[in-house]
Parts: sequence; structure tokens; C-alpha cells
Amino acid sequence: MAMHHKDLVGIESLSPEEITLILDTAEKMAEVSRRPLKKVPALRGKLVVNLFFENSTRTRSSFEIAEKRLSADTLNFSASASSLSKGESLVDTVLNLERMQPDAYVMRHSSPGACQLIRPFTHAVLINAGDGAHEHPTQALLDALTIRQKKGAFRGLRVLIAGDIAHSRVVRSNVFLLKKMGADVTLCGPATLLPPHLESLGVKVTTDFDRALEGQDVVMMLRIQLERQKKGLFPSLLEYYKYYGLTEERLRKADREVIVMHPGPINRGVEIASEVADGPYSVILDQVENGVSVRMAILYLLLGGGDDEASHS
Amino acid sequence: MKRKKIFDGAGIQRSLGRLALEIAERLQGCQDVALIGIHRRGVPLARRLAALIQKAEGVALPVGSLDINLYRDDFSSAGTAPVLRGTQVDFSLEGKTVVLVDDVLFTGRTVRAALDALVDLGRPARVQLAVLVDRGHRELPIQADYVGLSLSTRREDHVELRLKETDGEDALYLEGPEPKSPRGRKPR
Repeated sequence: MAMHHKDLVGIESLSPEEITLILDTAEKMAEVSRRPLKKVPALRGKLVVNLFFENSTRTRSSFEIAEKRLSADTLNFSASASSLSKGESLVDTVLNLERMQPDAYVMRHSSPGACQLIRPFTHAVLINAGDGAHEHPTQALLDALTIRQKKGAFRGLRVLIAGDIAHSRVVRSNVFLLKKMGADVTLCGPATLLPPHLESLGVKVTTDFDRALEGQDVVMMLRIQLERQKKGLFPSLLEYYKYYGLTEERLRKADREVIVMHPGPINRGVEIASEVADGPYSVILDQVENGVSVRMAILYLLLGGGDDEASHS
Repeated sequence: MKRKKIFDGAGIQRSLGRLALEIAERLQGCQDVALIGIHRRGVPLARRLAALIQKAEGVALPVGSLDINLYRDDFSSAGTAPVLRGTQVDFSLEGKTVVLVDDVLFTGRTVRAALDALVDLGRPARVQLAVLVDRGHRELPIQADYVGLSLSTRREDHVELRLKETDGEDALYLEGPEPKSPRGRKPR
């Protein structure tokens, strides 16, 4: 088994076997992070450019730690401090960076399809760290690793994703992944935050959060971006919390062994109550830890090619 | 291609028995000794050696496993990344004599990578190497301390150890091209 893709642009094009390979590899990578000496030479001499055109703290630091644990050299390139603020186009930026012989780009961009746009201009591996509302594949993979560790398998698992469905790339990547692995997915949010035609993804869609919670094995809450309220998509944060906030009382409707997830950063008292975020069902910090393992796995699988086992004793 | 069976299950077990006794003899009672198998087939071999040593000496040695794929020196962009099996060493290496266990010693590059992987986990007092088969053709200055079978091979031959735990059978095979027939005579 091997990866059949040069890049990781999205979950949509991955096979269930590739997803399983990534998760299995991530499980093995976790051991490296638990050592006193947290570094292996697997990607020694490789240059990874972190191209972040949008703010990101946890994804970016998680990638950077993963790159360092594998001994890759890293170059951090952020929009605010770069020539992009001087008006250089994305393609020109890549053409310039290309002459520094990078082996991979990890890119976060506000436009969907940004990876595909630069694909013809580079020889390097492309890893999508979030492109607009399109995909955020490493987030879905770290979520999947967390679910697999807690629940064992995906087939028949009932997963509820609730909150701002319309503006979330995390939802799209998670839906692709969970459906491929055989889970039963429900999406829930206020009507103003539910785009049309969601059912075509093979999921159930509802606006009734209390009913949707019944019997769920996994509840994944999404961050409410505070600027959405200013756009009038819901009347007030308090009202949002009243109907869509995950409280302890609501959580009782879910399965007794439910796990609660959130891609972070959390808004306490908006989409999730503090008692739930800090409570025994919460796996939110496990997700953060798994983020490093999953990103190490992706970097290793896409950059760490070698001969086959037989030729080497 | 010609495939020849060198050992069956009994042959492998006999060789391992002798290796176990040699290790126990050389390491005098096996105090502070640990066995660490190199994935894949070194791992079941290390477990079998530990069981044989326990039977003969009554000491249960700690057994670990080492994945050297993150330490290889032959990465290239051409191939795909090898599947990780994981490293598991649940004991301290400090002050221990570590016996690395592998199936076939060939170029020595796996052992080089294993030594790098091992020293990242701690500082053993000494490291030794036990292999079931030494087939020659070293590319690095590395030798085994314990050898089950020294096999004379050609560089292009393929030596394959199969084990019940990983392959469903115990057998050692040597595979290589047919010897060339003398010039001017066609084989009948």
C-alpha cells in the first residue's frame, strides 16, 4: 500500500485505503513525539515552505513542529510580512520561491483551489492547509485519528457536525472522509448557516439541534466566527447559544459514550459550554496532539520515498 | 531463476537454539540484557530468542522492536515511503547490553540505521548484533557478534527468510539466476 497522489489537496480524491495508511502511519509517529529526544532524520535535507496567506496559529505551529520532528528545513512565509503586501501575485511568489529548490509547500489561502492554481508552476509536493471554504484535509485526518482511537472503527458510527456549516472547510473535508469510511453523518445548524443541496453529499441535514443529538456517538462542534453575527446571520450570540450551544443538559441526549470534538479555537459560551469543553467527554485537546502525528505522517508519506524493503539488508 | 530451500522450520529453530545458548554463554547469566528486533522479521526472531533463553537460563529478557524506516540513508524521490511498523521499547536502555536482532545481514545499511535509531532512544552500555543469516557483501564496516548460518552468496542472489509470525511458514530460501552454461555448448 502506498499513496497514489503526489500532493494532498483534499480528502475528496483519497481512497479509504490511503486514508487508513495515513492514520496507521500517524499512530506510529506518535511514539517519536513521546521520546525525550523528539526528532528523527527521515526528511533531513528537505526544504518545506510554509506559505500562510491567512492567519492560523494551531495549524501552522502543528505543521512546523511536524516538519522539525522529521528534521526537514523550514521556511515560514506569511502574507503580512511578505512581498504579497507589496502587490506580488501568488504565482509570482511561487516562481520566486521555486528557485530556492523547495521540496514541499504547505499552503493556507483564503481562495478555494489555490493549490490547483500554483500546481503548474512548481515541482514540489503541495499540502493544503486550508483553502477558503473548500477543504482542510489534515484537520479531517486528525479528527479521524481521534475518532478511531476512541471508537475503534467508522462503519455505522453516528456523527453529528453542528454549527456554521456554510463557511466551514472543516465540514467538507470531514464529510468526504467520514462518508468514505462508512460513517452515518448528520449536519445541523441554523437555516442561515446551512447552504442548499447538502443532502447530495449523502448526509442528513436538520435545524433541530436537540433532536439531532439523540443517540450520536460523536458530536463535532464548529467555531462560530463572531463576524457572522454582524452580518445578521443570527440575531445574537446569546440566542445562538440558546438554540445551538452544546450544554451538559443537551449532551445527555447523545449516546452515553459520546465524544465531543471541536477544531478550535473554541468560543466558550457561544457554541460550547465550558463544562462540556473541559468535561470527561471532550477530546478537543487529543485532537491538537493528533494534529502533529497526522502532519508528520503526511510529510513522511509524500516526501519520504525510498527503495523497497527487499533490496536492503 | 532457481529457488533453493536452505532451511525448513526445524533447521531455523535449531539455529536459533544455538544462537540463544551462545548469547547466554557470552553474556554470563544475561543480567541487564535486552533483545531488540529490527522490523519486520527481526522482531519475531527476538521474541523466539527470548523464549529460548528463558527456557535455558530461567531469565525473562525485555524485548523491544525497532522501526528503522525513519533512519534510512537510501531515500529517493522515486519510490514510495516504506510502511511504518513502529518502534516499541518500553524499558530504559541505560546501562543495558542491547542485542540487536535481524534476520539477514547483507550490506550492513539496515544495522547502521538501527544503531542511529537505538542511540536516539537512550544510551546502552554496549550494543551487540545477532543475525540468523550472514550472507556477506557488506558495504559498511559492520559485523555480527552472533551468526546462525554463514551463507556464501552472489551479490545478485536473493535470500529470503520466511517466518510463521509474518509469512505463515518457517523457511529459508536462496534464489538466484541459473549458473551460466559453458561457452559454445547449448544446454540440452
